[in-house]
Amino acid sequence: MSAERGGGGEGDGSLERLRRDGRIVIVGASLAGLRAAETLREQGFTGSLTLIGDEPEPPYDRPPLSKQVLLGTVDADRTTLPRRRAIGARWRLGTAATGLDLAARRVRLAGGEEVPYDRLLIATGVRARPWPHPAEADLDGVFTLRTGRDAARLRRRLAAGPRRVLVIGGGFMGSEIASACRELGLPVTVVERGPAPLVGALGGVIGQVAAELQRAHGVDLRCSVMVTGLEGDAAGRLRRAHLSDGTALEVDLAVVALGAVRNTEWLAGSGLGAGPRGVACDAGCRAFDVRGLVTDDVFVAGDVARTPHPLFGYQFLSLEHWGNAVAQAEVAAHNMVSPGPDRRPHLWIPAFWSAQFGVNIKSVGVPTMGEELLIAQGSLAERSFTGVYGYQGRVIAAVTFDQTNWLDFYRRQIETAAPFPPVCRTVDRRPDGLRPVPADFPDPSLPTHGPTVTLSGYSPTDRRIVFTPARG
Amino acid sequence: MRLVVDLNRCQGYAQCAFLAPDVFTLHGHEALRYTPYADDSRREQVARAVAACPVGAILLDDLPENLPDDVAGDGAGGPADGLHAAGPGVG
Amino acid sequence: MTHGTFLRKITDYAHRADPYPLYAELRKTPVLRDDIGPYLVSTYWEIHGLLHDPRLSSDPRNLDPEAAGLVVAEEEDDPSLPPSFLRLDPPEHDRLRRMAMYPFGPPHTPRRIHDMRGELARIVTGLVDGFEGRDQIDLVDDFAYPFPVTVICRLLGVPRADEPLFHAWADTIVSSADPDPDADAAERRGAVRRARTELAMYMSELIEERRRAPGEDMLSSLVHGDGPDGRMAHSELVSTAALLLIAGHETTVNLITNGMLTLLRHPDVLKRLHDDPRLAVPLVEEVLRYEPPVQLLPQRTPLTDIDIAGVTIPKGASVWLILASGNRDPRRFPDPDRFDPDRRDNQHLGFGSGIHICFGAPLARLEAQLALAELARRLENPRLLEDPPPYRRNAVLRGPRHLPIGFDGVRAGREP
Repeated sequence: MSAERGGGGEGDGSLERLRRDGRIVIVGASLAGLRAAETLREQGFTGSLTLIGDEPEPPYDRPPLSKQVLLGTVDADRTTLPRRRAIGARWRLGTAATGLDLAARRVRLAGGEEVPYDRLLIATGVRARPWPHPAEADLDGVFTLRTGRDAARLRRRLAAGPRRVLVIGGGFMGSEIASACRELGLPVTVVERGPAPLVGALGGVIGQVAAELQRAHGVDLRCSVMVTGLEGDAAGRLRRAHLSDGTALEVDLAVVALGAVRNTEWLAGSGLGAGPRGVACDAGCRAFDVRGLVTDDVFVAGDVARTPHPLFGYQFLSLEHWGNAVAQAEVAAHNMVSPGPDRRPHLWIPAFWSAQFGVNIKSVGVPTMGEELLIAQGSLAERSFTGVYGYQGRVIAAVTFDQTNWLDFYRRQIETAAPFPPVCRTVDRRPDGLRPVPADFPDPSLPTHGPTVTLSGYSPTDRRIVFTPARG
Repeated sequence: MRLVVDLNRCQGYAQCAFLAPDVFTLHGHEALRYTPYADDSRREQVARAVAACPVGAILLDDLPENLPDDVAGDGAGGPADGLHAAGPGVG
Repeated sequence: MTHGTFLRKITDYAHRADPYPLYAELRKTPVLRDDIGPYLVSTYWEIHGLLHDPRLSSDPRNLDPEAAGLVVAEEEDDPSLPPSFLRLDPPEHDRLRRMAMYPFGPPHTPRRIHDMRGELARIVTGLVDGFEGRDQIDLVDDFAYPFPVTVICRLLGVPRADEPLFHAWADTIVSSADPDPDADAAERRGAVRRARTELAMYMSELIEERRRAPGEDMLSSLVHGDGPDGRMAHSELVSTAALLLIAGHETTVNLITNGMLTLLRHPDVLKRLHDDPRLAVPLVEEVLRYEPPVQLLPQRTPLTDIDIAGVTIPKGASVWLILASGNRDPRRFPDPDRFDPDRRDNQHLGFGSGIHICFGAPLARLEAQLALAELARRLENPRLLEDPPPYRRNAVLRGPRHLPIGFDGVRAGREP
C-alpha cells in the first residue's frame, strides 16, 4: 500500500491507511531517530517501522562520551539509551544509507539494497570534522571524538598516560575533553584560534571567564593561535605539533575538536534541499526540495535539520543540541502521522549544557545573535552568574554558570521578547550588572528589521505564537 | 536498567545524588554525573531518585537489553536484530 | 469582595480539615489581590514562575512597611536569631545554604542520608514494636512526632533528652508562621520573641560544647567546617542550627500524618502498599502533591513591579504562594482531586521549587517512605477512629494534631 502524496490527501482515508499499515523509514538510529520511533508508536502508528543506522550499536547517548567515558567511570559501550516504550522496529544497523529516490520513495543502502517508504524521517546527524590534512589525521595518536568507538579508543590512550594531550579547538567539546584530562591529572594544552575558549558560542566576555577557569585548573591554554601541522615519527606516531606562532609542542596525543560536519552527502542529487549546512525543513519538520517547495512525505529532525524559528527572525537554525534532537523528533513524528490541522510547529527554545572543570554551564536562546551582554545576577569573578544577551532591544539569550535555577525565568523573557537591558531589579544584582557591555562575538550577526514574534502561555498545552506586525 | 538524564531539565536539585549516590554524583555545585546503567542491586535507590526528581528529568527503562521489541526480519536484509545485523557495511 | 475575604477563609480554622474547595474558588483568579491583604497566587504555572523569578525576594526587609504589618511577626529585628537562609536572598542565601549543605549532602557528603536508611528503619521498627498489646494509638504522638525528632536530634547532634525544652519553643515559633489576622499580635509577638531568645541561647551553648568536643554530627561539622566559603559566624550558626532543628521535624510530622490519613481514606492503596512496600516511593510524592505539609509560602515580595496573569504586583507587596492549591490545579494535573500513587509527571510543589526548595527534602522523603511502608505492613486492619481528625491551628504548616487509629494487632517486625 502507499499513502497518497500531498498534504491534502487525508480526506480520502489515506492517512488512516498510513497510520494502520504504512511503511515509515527512519534514517539515523541515534537519539532523534529513536525518540521519533517511540513517538510514532505512541501516536498509534501500527505499520512497519525501519531504523537504518551506519553505526552497529543500538542508539546510545553521546554526552557522557566526553565526560564519564574519558574519565573511565563508564564504559563506552554502556551508554545505550533507555527506551520510553517498545517500538517493534526492523533495525538495519551497521548499514549506511547511500542514496534517496524521492520520486520512487526508496532509500538506497550501502550494498545496493533499496528500502521503500511511505514516510521518511531523516535524522542522520553530524560527524566530527576531521583534521584537514589526511596524512596527518592518520597519524597514530590523532583522534576525533564523536562515536562510542572514538571514545573507547581515546579513553584507552588517556589511561595509558600520554606525556601531554593537545586539544585542537576550545569549543565545548574541546573544553570538556581538556577538563577530563585535567581530572585525570594529565598535562593538557588547548589551542584555540579565537581569543578565548567558548568564544564562538558565548562571546568574548564569557570566553574570558572560561579562559580563567581553564588556567585555574592547570590547562596550558593558547589562544589566537592555530595548529599548522602535526608531525609523526618514522613509525607514524604523533610526536610534535607546530603552531602558527612558530612554536612547537612535544605531544603524543592530539584530539581534533573543530566542530562537526552534517551527514548529508548521501542526499546529493536526490533533489532534496540538503547541503553542508544541513537539510532545510519547515517548522513542521517537512523537508524542502531544491526548488524550495516543501515535501509532505520527507521529514527531518535532530542535528542535521535546519529549521526556521519565528522567535529568531525566521532564521534557519541548525542546532547540535541534545534537547533539540528530542523535541524535534517528537514534533516530526507527530506530524508524520497527523492530518494538517493537527500538525504542530517545532518551537523549541534552543538550550544546551556543558559540564567542565566542575562548573555547570547552561544556555537558552541564541547567544550568537546577542549584541550586548548584561550580568544580571552573580559575578563573573566568582564564576557563578547569569548573563543575559540583548539583540535589538530585546532579550535573545541567557547563559548561567552554576545558576541554572534562574534559567527558566530568562527563557520566558526570550519567549516574550522582553526588553533589553532588563530594567528590573533582581536578587543578587552586583556591580557587574549595572550596565550592558558588548557581548563581543567574533562575527556579530547582521541586524534585521522585522515584526515581533512572541510565545505566550505558561502551560505547554496552551503555548501559542503571537505575531505583532512591525510598528512605524 | 538503562537510564538517561535530560540535563536541559536538570536544575541541580541533587535529590538523585542524595538518594542514589552509587549512580548519581554532583561534580561541583550543580553539574550532575551519572552512570547510564544500573544493575538490580541499585534498583531501589534508582527508583527513589526517579520519583524524587523535581523536574522529571530521569528516564529509566526496564526493557531487557537485547531489543526484544524488534520485529522479525523480512528476509531482505538479514536478521532484524540490530545487535547482530549482518547487512552490508557492518562494522 | 469584602476586606481580606480569602485571607480570613484560609486562616479560618473551619476550613482546616478541607481547604481544597476554597483553593478551587481561589484559582478562578490566579493572582488575587485580597483587598487590603496580600496577593494570593493559587495556580500552578504562576506559582512555579514566581518561585523561579529573580525579581521576587524572600527577604522580609524588602516588604513595604504597610504590607509587612500583614505578615508574620517572625524574625523581625532580633539580634539573638538573625534571619536564616530561608529568609535571605542570594548571594547570602547561596553562601549559607552551601555551607549548611557541606556536612549534609552532595557534593561534599553525598552518602550521609543514603547511609541513614538502616538507622531510620530501626527507629521506625522500634516505634511500631511499641504498639504491641494496644488496639489504638495516636499516630501523631506515638509515631509521627517521635520518629523525625529522634532523627533530627541524632543527625544534628542535639540531645534527645532536651526534646521537652525545644518542643515548646518550636511550637511557639511555628505557630507564628500562622498568619492569623485575628490573633492578638502583640501577645503572640512577645511569646515568639521569648521562645526565639531561649532557643538561640540553647543552640549557642550547644555550639560551644561542640566547639570544645566535636562529634560526628552535623553541628560539629558546621562549627569546625572550613570549606571554600569559610566558616559561619556564630550568629549564622545559631540561626542555621535552629532552622534545621525546627524544619527538620515539624513538617515531617505532618507529611507522615497526612500520608497515613490519606491511606486510611484509600484502603485500596493501603492494601497495595501492604503488599508491595516499593509503592511507598511514588506514593510519598503523591502525598506531597495531594496533602502537602507546607500549604503556602506567605512571605515573598517583589523587588520591582511584576506583571503576572493580568495583574501587576507592586514592589514591596506581600505575596503568598499557595502551593497546595497549585498542586490541585487541573491545568497542570489531570483529575487533581484524585489521590493516585501511579500518577506520572508528578512535579508537585510540595517542597517548593527554585533556590529555596526544601533543604531536607531527601531526608523527609526517606523518612516518610519508610514510615508509611512499615505502618502499612505491620498494622492489622488499621482504621480511622475520627474523620476528620482534629487539626492543628496552623494554616501554613497544616496537619492533624491527633490521628487516632484503631487496629486489630501488630504483625511481627522484620528480622534484623
